[in-house]
Amino acid sequence: MRIPLSWLREYAQVPAEATAEDVMAELVKVGLEEEDVHRPLDELKGPVVVGQVLSAEKEPQSNGKTINWCQVRVVPEGQEQTLTGDGIDPSGVQGVVCGAHNFEPGDKVVVTLPGAVLPGDFRITPRKTYGHVSAGMIASVRELGIGDDHDGILVLGTLGLDPEIGADALEVLSLYDEAAEINVTPDRSYCFSIRGVAREFAHATGTQFKDPAAAVAVDASTGPGYPVRLEDQAPIYGKPGCDRFVARTVRGVDPTRPTPTWMASRLRLAGIRSISLVVDISNYVMLELGQPLHFYDLDRLQGDIVVRRANAGETLRTLDDKVRKLDPEDLLITDASGAIGIAGVMGGAATEVSDSTVNVLIEAAHFEEVSISRSRRRHKLPSEASKRFERGVDWQVADEAAQRAVDLLTELAGGTADTTVTDAGQEPAAVVIDLPAGFPAERIGIDFTEEQITVALTDLGAEVEKYDGGYKVTAPSWRQDLEIKEDLVEEIARLVGYDQIPATLPVAPPGRGLTRVQQQRRRVMQALADAGLTEVLSYPFVTKAANDTFGAAADGEERSALKLANPLSDEHGYLRTSVLPGLLETARRNHSRGFRDLALYEAGLVFLPNGRLGSAEIPPLGVRPSEEVLDELYSGIPEQPLHLAAVFMGHDSPAGANHTPRPWDWADALDAARLVGDVLGVELVVEQGSHQAFHPGRTARISLRNGQSVGYAGELHPKLLAAQDLPERTAALELNADVLFEAAPDVIVAKHLSTYPVATQDVALVVDADTAAEAVRETLREGAGGLLEDIALFDVYAGTGIEDGKKSLAFGLRFRADDRTLTADEASEARAAAVALAAERFGAVQR
Amino acid sequence: MSETTLGTETPQAAAVPHPLDEAAVGAAVEQALAAIAAAANLEELKAARIAHTGEKSPLSLANREIGKLAKEEKAAAGKLVGPARGRLNKALASRTEELEAERDAQILVDEAVDVTAAPRRRRAGARHPLSILQERVSDIFVGMGWEIAEGPEVESEWFNFDALNFKPDHPAREMQDTFFVEPPEAHLLMRTHTSPVQVRSMLEREVPIYVLCPGKVFRTDELDATHTPVFHQFEGLAIDKGLSMADLRGTLEHFARQMFGADASIRLRPNFFPFTEPSAELDIWHPGAKGGPQWIEWGGCGMVHPNVLRAAGIDPEVYSGFAFGMGIERTLMFRNEVGDMHDMIEGDVRFSEHFGMEI
Repeated sequence: MRIPLSWLREYAQVPAEATAEDVMAELVKVGLEEEDVHRPLDELKGPVVVGQVLSAEKEPQSNGKTINWCQVRVVPEGQEQTLTGDGIDPSGVQGVVCGAHNFEPGDKVVVTLPGAVLPGDFRITPRKTYGHVSAGMIASVRELGIGDDHDGILVLGTLGLDPEIGADALEVLSLYDEAAEINVTPDRSYCFSIRGVAREFAHATGTQFKDPAAAVAVDASTGPGYPVRLEDQAPIYGKPGCDRFVARTVRGVDPTRPTPTWMASRLRLAGIRSISLVVDISNYVMLELGQPLHFYDLDRLQGDIVVRRANAGETLRTLDDKVRKLDPEDLLITDASGAIGIAGVMGGAATEVSDSTVNVLIEAAHFEEVSISRSRRRHKLPSEASKRFERGVDWQVADEAAQRAVDLLTELAGGTADTTVTDAGQEPAAVVIDLPAGFPAERIGIDFTEEQITVALTDLGAEVEKYDGGYKVTAPSWRQDLEIKEDLVEEIARLVGYDQIPATLPVAPPGRGLTRVQQQRRRVMQALADAGLTEVLSYPFVTKAANDTFGAAADGEERSALKLANPLSDEHGYLRTSVLPGLLETARRNHSRGFRDLALYEAGLVFLPNGRLGSAEIPPLGVRPSEEVLDELYSGIPEQPLHLAAVFMGHDSPAGANHTPRPWDWADALDAARLVGDVLGVELVVEQGSHQAFHPGRTARISLRNGQSVGYAGELHPKLLAAQDLPERTAALELNADVLFEAAPDVIVAKHLSTYPVATQDVALVVDADTAAEAVRETLREGAGGLLEDIALFDVYAGTGIEDGKKSLAFGLRFRADDRTLTADEASEARAAAVALAAERFGAVQR
Repeated sequence: MSETTLGTETPQAAAVPHPLDEAAVGAAVEQALAAIAAAANLEELKAARIAHTGEKSPLSLANREIGKLAKEEKAAAGKLVGPARGRLNKALASRTEELEAERDAQILVDEAVDVTAAPRRRRAGARHPLSILQERVSDIFVGMGWEIAEGPEVESEWFNFDALNFKPDHPAREMQDTFFVEPPEAHLLMRTHTSPVQVRSMLEREVPIYVLCPGKVFRTDELDATHTPVFHQFEGLAIDKGLSMADLRGTLEHFARQMFGADASIRLRPNFFPFTEPSAELDIWHPGAKGGPQWIEWGGCGMVHPNVLRAAGIDPEVYSGFAFGMGIERTLMFRNEVGDMHDMIEGDVRFSEHFGMEI
């Protein structure tokens, strides 16, 4: 909301020297946040004066244009030119070249003299043009920054103005004004008016407020005016869509009269374009009192006005000339011809006021918020009117607003008001709130005095009745947001000042610290950073193709993903089922920025639409849903496990003197997965795996000992890397961290450490090339029995000396007994047993 | 015999004094000592040792001569040669020690490297600054006895709006710029704030409740220098008997000082949120702000609306509570002078790596 200061000053005690910034600094204290300042004279500087065209000689030019060489009097005859400077003619008559033709000698115009600055930092200087020295400019409204019209220059007579020659044109055009723009929160609809903001300014500064509504003297009615019936056949939430409709008739307005400059200037500062005097008056009253008005061309109305819901199939051509299909929930203003407006949102084209309208019917109505809000959204028609109605308008102000419009139409447009007044509707019951005496102090922590409480509430416009133990507070009609005692407490605190609230630190009961899962997550994230990986964050919005490629569905199973109804980009319209697409995108971005050696990781939720999605019914506000309904809500939330992914590309370190970096490869991805397992104390089982995004021969499937799948690690598929413009051999891993956290042991039981001597034995086994080393290792472990302390693969060999299709695996075995020194024979025996089992299972032959 | 032997060896030999001649021994010792002293390294010292204490050295010869002497002459000759040899051996040992020390020192000199040419062998990893900040904030509240609560990012509309007293048709709902999940009848959305976690906390925990809810939230804002459709918040919620707005202020003030130092302070301004009444905007006095100390808009807060308590089955006539929420990106932006949102969300490794493990 933009507040022209000259307007605010009429109803609030704003110091004469106060700027828009000063006003905003006060308003922010009561909760109206500062947004912007609008000050035309920051961009428009004099001398800009009223001049009279003495002569205009038409001079055709070689370029086909005809210019006017004008002599313009800028100082009244007989007076001295007091301005000096380059281009200022001491005679008081300036020679000015003007390209426009919409004026005649004798017209009074706006002359920007040398030294003036126009919007866009356009500096006026005497300049040679078309064979003359043009010492100034006759300005158009667009050049002055006060309108769009550039068809010709501004002839002041067309605005109904006949100022003195030499007068300050900025003054004449009411440009010595500025506006403070403030942000109005959705609960404070009354602040979408000068009336409301003036009241808040008074609250903020402790000064007097003059109510503009009280300044209006409503004419006594001599009988019902234009017939209006309120017939809402389908109220929403049981509330009638229209509970007040004031109609006034003004006849014989002169549609040719211009809008006075003071009104045009205020509207412009308020951000509303001046259209015609009649339309401007309706907007002016809305801004002043907060009551949106609608003006009908009385001569185009047919029969009674009926306010009702739309019928099926009904349409309306709205005043933006679009035909709109109406919904049975739309509240309409209708006459005998059918719909003539969507109530509170937009009027119809057929009955709108035009250049030729002489008889006006004024509508000042009160519409129900939800109905307006839904129609506005349905038809995508945000307007100044709907903005106010859907937030709530003062029921009481309708007749005063109508009267204010009547007064302005009479005074400025020459109309005559009918003495009859239509006022249909039923006043809603006032909201009375019980405020226990101690409640404000208890909730805010300030010991408010009784006086502070009553003064604050009375200042708001509430009626306060003290009783033993509390207050009965009747909320003002413009404060629909005041419903409960907490609302009153905010008002009291706000008016006394939030800065008066003391600080006390409440003591929470003894806590349990971070949960186990929170600690596990931190350890894992820290361990990966410690291992040299860099954490990044990416958006969860991915393409369908990305989910199809990286999704974790088993082969042949349909991969499903959640789709956004309103994504920022249709392409990235799905929620990720894997963290890798975003991570690879991030990797590619880094790569393209010249970072070729990358080890990145990210942990984030993925979204798996398994089972029933959501809940059809949403329980109401302010009531705890039943257990069944809550269960339904909980179980409709899609599964969202935390996934941990990493990508390795390029080398493990920067190349440097005395150092040859090692290229990252599939094993690094697997190693990082194992690191995570180690950090959490979870044993991971690794086997040859297959995943459509990974290299078919270089993929590890990672699972728990119980077979539950945890994820994949390995080299990404070369085709995928090529298609995504990623370097060859890029390796990746993705793990379901929730599964790992869950699998982590609660308590790790200590092992007995034997201090008897160790016996080490090596063994090399020849097996088929496709036999997994891990499987052989597991078998040796099993076969060796309890004396085996540790077994590690230390070499894999194929080639000379080894039959084709075979490979040699060399293991180091470490034996130790708990209770004695092992003999060489005992160790050899255990080794032989291990080898025998491997021979039996894999046909392994000892080398 | 020795004289004849010597005499027969060379013509000059006649001029050479007898090996046991006192002057001759003295000269041999002087020569030997000079040679030892002159040895510049262990090789030269070895040569000097052989020359002056070896079998053919004058002193060895002299020593051997003693054996040929008459019994009564032996003692005097021994007194002449013995100490001389002792002096030489001592000098040798001392010189050896010196030269060995020199050699050892030289090895270290020779092994010197240009330490400024050292390679970076191990890549330093990094946490994302937003994660670090989120953990730091959590730690401050954990230190106050609060607990950290988390929840899903795709939520039911009820948890995100209705339970938080957003009226179904109120414009406040639209201000949240919500991503909705298909199909619409499922009433699922990307949470627009972490407040649904507060609702879950109230439903799932016993009062008193003191929880902090950090996490990712979503709004349909295009990415620009100050907006991102995916960002992080932390929201606090306290429900207890007799909590007032003074407790809210005290908590926020304590937290602000932990984050921004003892000189930090906060300011509350009236505002509107559907889920709190009274509501306030929270500004922080940031003494170290770029461009000088100033008030910076930090977040929103207020006393929990009775409808929110009722939605969780908590009696608002018995309990009251306060809540607050701030943006982690915004906090990082003004705390660490991050100028552009893109830097935080694009995953450029330079951003994280510049911070490392600290913020």
